[in-house]
Amino acid sequence: MPVPHDDDPAFAEYADPSRLVSTQWLADHLGTPGLVVVESDEDVLLYETGHIPGAVKVDWHTELNDRVTRDYVDGEGFARLMSAKGISRDDTIVVYGDKSNWWAAYAMWVFELFGHEDVRLLDGGRALWQAQGRPMTTDKPAVEPTDYPVVQRHDETIRAFKEDVLGHLGKPMVDVRSPQEYTGERTHMPDYPEEGALRGGHIPGARSVPWARAANEDGTFRSRAELEAIYQQEQGLEPGDDVVAYCRIGERSSHTWFVLTYLLGFEQVRNYDGSWTEWGNAVRVPIVRGETPGEVPSSRGGRA
Amino acid sequence: MSADTTGLPEALAEVVTDFHEMPESQRLALLLEFSTGLPALPQKYADHPELLEPVPECQSPIFVVVDVEGQGPDAAVRLAFSAPPEAPTTRGFAGILAEGLDGATAQEVLDVPNDLPGRLALTDLVSPLRLGGMAGMLGRIKRQTREKAGLGA
Repeated sequence: MPVPHDDDPAFAEYADPSRLVSTQWLADHLGTPGLVVVESDEDVLLYETGHIPGAVKVDWHTELNDRVTRDYVDGEGFARLMSAKGISRDDTIVVYGDKSNWWAAYAMWVFELFGHEDVRLLDGGRALWQAQGRPMTTDKPAVEPTDYPVVQRHDETIRAFKEDVLGHLGKPMVDVRSPQEYTGERTHMPDYPEEGALRGGHIPGARSVPWARAANEDGTFRSRAELEAIYQQEQGLEPGDDVVAYCRIGERSSHTWFVLTYLLGFEQVRNYDGSWTEWGNAVRVPIVRGETPGEVPSSRGGRA
Repeated sequence: MSADTTGLPEALAEVVTDFHEMPESQRLALLLEFSTGLPALPQKYADHPELLEPVPECQSPIFVVVDVEGQGPDAAVRLAFSAPPEAPTTRGFAGILAEGLDGATAQEVLDVPNDLPGRLALTDLVSPLRLGGMAGMLGRIKRQTREKAGLGA
């Protein structure tokens, strides 16, 4: 039985309001048959310190990634994961997490690679739920394994690989990292450790739109008009554009992928999950340093 | 793989052994125990946070301060940490160092191998950045110990 959508008028202006639920809606619908709440955090112990009652944890590091190859789990692995979490193919999933839902958006994006149909984000994430004094528990939910089907992962539509990005040079691209990472001054965001990228800078032609500009102070998403002002009026992107977003490993750019796709209605947005930890280490790919997007080298205009 | 406790003071060796003896599915729960067990910051530092040293290698805000009781290699080392409850993983690594090194001698602290984070059997469970953060904490503890125990550069 389908779980009703949140008809909160605050969401009605977005391109696809069905992709968001408010903390109040979730509080009212906890325990509804067919609804599974998933927590996915940067800090992999945070769930254990307390979570929304009934929520299951998905660990991005050990459960969404393949343990050997740098890739996501395959169809069999995803079916096993979903079964172990008690999620059926036609369940409604509401994802929430820390850090303004970076990892929640990342988990949602991975779920979409497998075509799970009804995945929604909790607007404001874990921090807002807590700030509102809503209930948290350390009780692990009782999970009944499900018979989740093995479905092939489809990388073509919303995922970009390095070769795709080389072929995309000159087309709209959004670098969602911090300004310091964009210019090449740093290889990880301020206050985070510097990490193994051999070169700093950005992909030629990419525009700098740090992900956090799409979020309010409390972690909820900005209004449609505010988002249009940033991505459309200021950056000149159009909903019909073919857009690639990237960051360091693809988690912050999942947040921007969500904003462009579901809040602004862009039709073709791909997340380049290799991101800077691949591009900044790759041999002979073009890089631009400094504050401007820079020129796309003419010999690199086509598929390399 | 069995636990490598070479060069570790006894309390720290016990922690490393505990992690190895725990099945993989329980190791994060053990890390959480260290996280919740991290002693509160002593009042003298709570009143003077400027005395604490930040550890920028960590993904979450954490501060560490070393007190050395006396001088020389046999002087006892006391550790204090400050880390928010929203950062349980970082607190867990701090808790391991508190459990394993608080009360050790200055020489024992300085002798702790720098590859300690890799010996906890957590490499597959947390991201490399986290282990790098623990290495950052250990490096800063050693530097403060060296300076405060008067053991030179």
